[in-house]
Amino acid sequence: MNTPLLRVAGLGRSYGARLGCRDVSFELYPGEVIGVVGESGSGKTTLLDCLSGRLEPSAGTVEYLTRQSEMVDVYAMSEARRRLLMRTEWGAVRQNARDALRMGVSAGANVGEPLMAVGRRHYGGIRAEAEAWLDQVEISTDRIDDLPSTFSGGMLQRLQIARNLVTHPRLVFMDEPTGGLDVSVQARLLDLLHRLVVDLGLSAIVVTHDLAVVRLLTHRLMVMRHGTVVEEGLTDQVLDDPHHPYTQLLVSSVLQP
Amino acid sequence: MSTGYNFAYLDEQTKRMIRRGLLKAVAIPGYQVPFASREMPLPYGWGTGGIQVTAAILGPEDVLKVIDQGADDTTNAVSIRRFFARVAGVATTERTDEATIVQTRHRIPETPLAEGQILVYQVPIPEPLRWLEPRESETRKMHALADYGSMHVKLYEDIARHGAIATSYDYPVMVDGRYLMRPSPIPKFDNPKMDMNPALQLFGAGREKRLYAVPPYTPVKSLDFEDHPFTVQQWDEHCALCGSADSFLDEVITDNQGGRMFVCSDTDYCGRHRAPHDVSSAP
Repeated sequence: MNTPLLRVAGLGRSYGARLGCRDVSFELYPGEVIGVVGESGSGKTTLLDCLSGRLEPSAGTVEYLTRQSEMVDVYAMSEARRRLLMRTEWGAVRQNARDALRMGVSAGANVGEPLMAVGRRHYGGIRAEAEAWLDQVEISTDRIDDLPSTFSGGMLQRLQIARNLVTHPRLVFMDEPTGGLDVSVQARLLDLLHRLVVDLGLSAIVVTHDLAVVRLLTHRLMVMRHGTVVEEGLTDQVLDDPHHPYTQLLVSSVLQP
Repeated sequence: MSTGYNFAYLDEQTKRMIRRGLLKAVAIPGYQVPFASREMPLPYGWGTGGIQVTAAILGPEDVLKVIDQGADDTTNAVSIRRFFARVAGVATTERTDEATIVQTRHRIPETPLAEGQILVYQVPIPEPLRWLEPRESETRKMHALADYGSMHVKLYEDIARHGAIATSYDYPVMVDGRYLMRPSPIPKFDNPKMDMNPALQLFGAGREKRLYAVPPYTPVKSLDFEDHPFTVQQWDEHCALCGSADSFLDEVITDNQGGRMFVCSDTDYCGRHRAPHDVSSAP
C-alpha cells in the first residue's frame, strides 16, 4: 500500500481562455475508490478525461503504476503504448452506454471485443468468457446474441460494465455510472458495482453529482467547483462534516425523504 | 486507334503522379496511398480507379485483358477493353496467359498468373476498417498503430449468427503481417490466390482516391479464428460446360421453370477447358 497506483500532480486543462480544471493533485492507492463530486460545469468530466488518457492536459502529470510495477507517465509514452495500457489495465464506464457500446453487433461481440482487441483469437474461448461476464453483471446468458438496442437502459449500463471488466482492468474510470436510470435500477446497479469493486479489488475514480453513489461506493471524496478541488478527505468525513461553504450547500441540498 | 487523345487517355503528368503513388504503394505492401483521382469518361463504381491505374502503367507493347466477374464478354469488360484499344492502340486478349496486364472486377483469373504479369483491381471501398469506424482520421491512426484487433468483431458476429464465418466476398486480409487490406469484392474463394502470387497486384479506388498494392511473392493471410479457420466455398456440382471441379461457379437460371445450371465464372478458363486441343478459340 505504500506505492500509489495513480499519482496526479498539478493537473490542469484549459480550453483556450476558458478553464476546464486547474491544479489537481492526488494519489490513488490500490483497492481505493475516489469520488469526484461537483455541480455541472465544475470540470469533473474534463478531469476524468485527462486522467484516463483521452484528453491531453495543458499542465501537470499523470503517472501510473503498471502491472510490471513500473511508474509511467501516461502522456509521455507513445500513443501505441498508451492505447495498450488503456486496453489492458484500465476500464472506462461512460454515462451514456450507447456511446461506449457498438449498437450494431450482439451483446456477446460487445463484451468479446476488448479480448479480440488484445489479440485473443479463439472464438469458443471468447464466447465462454463473454457468457461468464454477462452472468456476473446479471444479464441472462440467453441474451448473448441479442443486439444491445433491444436492451433496457439498466441492462445497457451493465453490459458496458461487463465489456469494461472482461480484460481484468486494475483501474476503472466511471463517469456518472448511474445517470439517467430510475431509482430502483440505480440501486441495483450500485449494489452490483459495489460487489464487483470489492470482489475484484478494483481501484476506481467515480465522477458523479449523486451523493448517494459517493456514500456507497467511494472511500475518499474530492469536491470540485469552478475547476478546482475545494475540499477533499474521507467520504464520510466530508459528507458528515463539510467545511467548505460549497460542500455544505451541496450536502444540505439533498432531499431527505 | 483514335487520334486527339494522349496515349492511354490520361495526360503524362497525371500518369506520372499515379506511378509515383504506385511506387509508394509497392514499397509499403497493403498501405493505402492517396492520389489525385481524375474524372474519367465513365461513372464512379464502373472502374474509374482500375482504369486510371491501367492507363498509368500501360505501354505500347502491353497486351491487355479485362474481366468483369471473371467474364471477358460482359458490358464493363468489353467497354474498358475497347476504350484502351481506341485510346492506346494496345493489343487485347481474352487469354490470361497471354496478357501482360489484367484489369479485373470481382475475380482473380483461375489460370495461375506468372512473373511479369500485373493484375489491376477495381476497388469500390478501400478502407477495411470503415464499417467499424466512420472517422478517416481514426482509421488512419488504427493503421499506423496496427490496431486491428476489433476487426474480428465482424467475424465473431458472423459465427454467432450463422454458425460459421458467412462473409464470402471482400474478405479482409493481412498483407505481409502488417497492413490490413480490403481485397476489393473478390469472392473469398480467390483470397488464397493472392498469397505469394508471382504477379504484381495493384488496386485503384477512383471515388475514394486511394491506391494500394501487393508486390510479387508477398504473404497475404485471411483473418480467422483459431477454432474457425479460414475456408473457401465449395460446390457439389461441376461446371455444366467444361466439367471443372475446382473453379469458382456461377449459378445461372436458365428458364422460367426454375431450371438452373452451374458454370465457371472465368470464361477464358472454361472455354479452354472445354477445347483443350484448340487453344486459339476462346469463347
